[in-house]
Amino acid sequence: MSDHQLPMAGGMPADDPRSRAEDPVDAAASGFVEKERANPAVAGHFDADPILTVKDLRMYFPVRSAGIVRRTVGHVQAVDGVSFQVPKGGSLGLVGESGCGKSTTGRLITRLYEPTGGAIEFDGRDIAKTSSHGLKPLRREIQMIFQDPYTSLNPRHTVGAIVGAPLLIHNILPKDKILPRVQELLEIVGLNPEHYNRYPHEFSGGQRQRIGIARALTLQPKLLVADEPVSALDVSIQAQVINLLQEVQREFDIAFLFIAHDLAVVRHFCPEVAVMYLGKVVEIADRDSLYNRPNHPYTQALLSAVPDVKQAAIGGRRERIRLEGDVPSPINPPSGCRFRTRCAIAQEICARVEPPLLQIGKRHKVACHFAGELGHHPERPVTASLLGVDDTGTPDPGASPSVGIGNDPGYSDTWFDLERKTMASA
Amino acid sequence: MSFLSVRDLRVHFPTIDGVVKATDGLSFDLERGKTLGIVGESGSGKSVSTSAILGLHRRTNAIVSGEILLDGVDLLKVSDEDMRRRRGREVAMIFQDPLSAMHPYYRVGNQIAEAYRVHHDVSKKAARARAIEMLDRVGIPQPDRRVDDYPHQFSGGMRQRAMIAMALINNPSLLIADEPTTALDVTVQAQILDLLQDLQRDFDAAVMIITHDLGVVAEMAHDVLVMYGGRAVEYGATKEILTHPEMPYTWGLLSSIPEVDADPEAKLVPIPGNPPSLLNPPSGCHFHPRCTHRDKVPGDLCRTVSPELTPGTRGEGHLKRCHLANPDVVYEREVLPEIAPDLVEGR
Repeated sequence: MSDHQLPMAGGMPADDPRSRAEDPVDAAASGFVEKERANPAVAGHFDADPILTVKDLRMYFPVRSAGIVRRTVGHVQAVDGVSFQVPKGGSLGLVGESGCGKSTTGRLITRLYEPTGGAIEFDGRDIAKTSSHGLKPLRREIQMIFQDPYTSLNPRHTVGAIVGAPLLIHNILPKDKILPRVQELLEIVGLNPEHYNRYPHEFSGGQRQRIGIARALTLQPKLLVADEPVSALDVSIQAQVINLLQEVQREFDIAFLFIAHDLAVVRHFCPEVAVMYLGKVVEIADRDSLYNRPNHPYTQALLSAVPDVKQAAIGGRRERIRLEGDVPSPINPPSGCRFRTRCAIAQEICARVEPPLLQIGKRHKVACHFAGELGHHPERPVTASLLGVDDTGTPDPGASPSVGIGNDPGYSDTWFDLERKTMASA
Repeated sequence: MSFLSVRDLRVHFPTIDGVVKATDGLSFDLERGKTLGIVGESGSGKSVSTSAILGLHRRTNAIVSGEILLDGVDLLKVSDEDMRRRRGREVAMIFQDPLSAMHPYYRVGNQIAEAYRVHHDVSKKAARARAIEMLDRVGIPQPDRRVDDYPHQFSGGMRQRAMIAMALINNPSLLIADEPTTALDVTVQAQILDLLQDLQRDFDAAVMIITHDLGVVAEMAHDVLVMYGGRAVEYGATKEILTHPEMPYTWGLLSSIPEVDADPEAKLVPIPGNPPSLLNPPSGCHFHPRCTHRDKVPGDLCRTVSPELTPGTRGEGHLKRCHLANPDVVYEREVLPEIAPDLVEGR
């Protein structure tokens, strides 16, 4: 390229890692970064077999009293009965507000915590109770990208040592082969391979996140848990990292569990999205259904709260659904539906009976007694007959409840049609 | 004369490696009842500039020059004593992280009442009553009970409300909100933004809101100032800037953010490279090393000559700092189809 010589005039000193030999504008327009762009997005992965199946996952952290005895006085129900699937090479987004249990879910799947209950089936094995010895081979297949690139890299190790450590730990390559592999990985994530000898502080935030991604890719995992991978980065850098993640996903066919609070970022990255509230999945659906036809009042409120540049630019403003108050404490969550304390359409049944995660479309499940599109919530609970209760939530002796609805991960071929109030199929 | 008028504000920090020009010639105006949004990445000089308005820079390590006229008084010329009287009373600030901005050992109510007692000669009891009144005004339930809580007993959203109560208790005429909602969840963010708009109407204050989120600016601000590398690069009415931006950095910001209702298959167009070092900023236009449109400018202008802040092609009031001769055409033809194909088809 002709203007490679264009100096970073008056710019950074030559030993600054930010001053790559190339000009940033040219660098972005060439190489690895560009060649995958033409691929259509990963839409076809819907029907792939699941690599990860999570069933009824629970994590209760004990709350202990002060003093010597430290009796357990309660539990924080951080994750309470969560089920979902991630297809091979696909990505599932997990969104929700702070304290909803999305990060705990990510840490359970990477087995940084041992779950209180439930199953995590990864590639055919249940890893929920695997011993710490048995976890080592698992770490090769499930890796994690952390939120804060400033605290997740050891400041006293060089980038080469950080990215190469997994190879050493798992004894995959002889020592003299590690460096070339590290350089290859740095190249993949768009860093200068000659910078393996530098320390994390010599890099900017976006570059550090790239180092974290390189480290996660080292062992060629099948599943990557990305916990808020871009929220600590500057706006102009976020897009670079999102694009990089999409490229590595396509290149290496890695499945992603993408945890974020930013609904727009998740929508961009994930063909399928689950919304969590206070330890439970309240709605899970493919991207179009969730963002265009949300059926849970919480999802509707969440979407309406996102400030919108374009709407405001043309003078309009999306009608905002005000949610009053704060998220209740997960130590003592509300009975029945956990969202009922802030819900505008809650009724008696919501306090008595917990709504099941009911499948209402081909790829759409929602946990609400009054599930319906905004402004079209039904008058009577749609779940009452299925649960064997009357409209106020009192058990109805005459009814025959359908057992076990809502606990299965994945989708079935038949679902409950909200319009016709009957079961339907494709 | 505007209520707040900042002229050629410079904040320079001399270091052993050279002078860091954190803010380098910033000018803007703000009226009472209006909101100015300042947008930029970390290190673009947003917070440094607003700290200068509050007089928070120490003379020993910062060189502040220019003019900050608040209601006709140059805040850079008043004595320290005088500035202390004005700070908190005429100019108040809401910080990003309310947990670290409040003292963990003192009760929320005492901290709010203290802010009042510093500027008003009233009894503790009267100040406490005033604090309760303010907590009620910002929407904290049972304020007479919560006034005796410690900050850690409040949730994030409530803490931010308490911060707002503290900032507004002296009825300031200028309120500076530095990333007021960045640490909050979207539903709580929406509550706080609504509250700020309500209170602004009641108090008729001028508000400066510093953020990196264009969405927040779009909802809140009448005017927007985009900063890059310590300088304003685009300035004008929010609607005008968001619909007809004329500076490639603003284009970059708009095209690199995914939106909840955008086409998910559309690719994000990131701004290449990294934000500049203010110790040794790029020559000419600070943005030129990352600018994808610099080839359209003849010669070596972008690299050698720093562009002035000049009126945009659509007339007065819209200022941009760019050498491009026809940014409006470039935006319509090249940028808009990429970031909002749906808008282009509709035309």
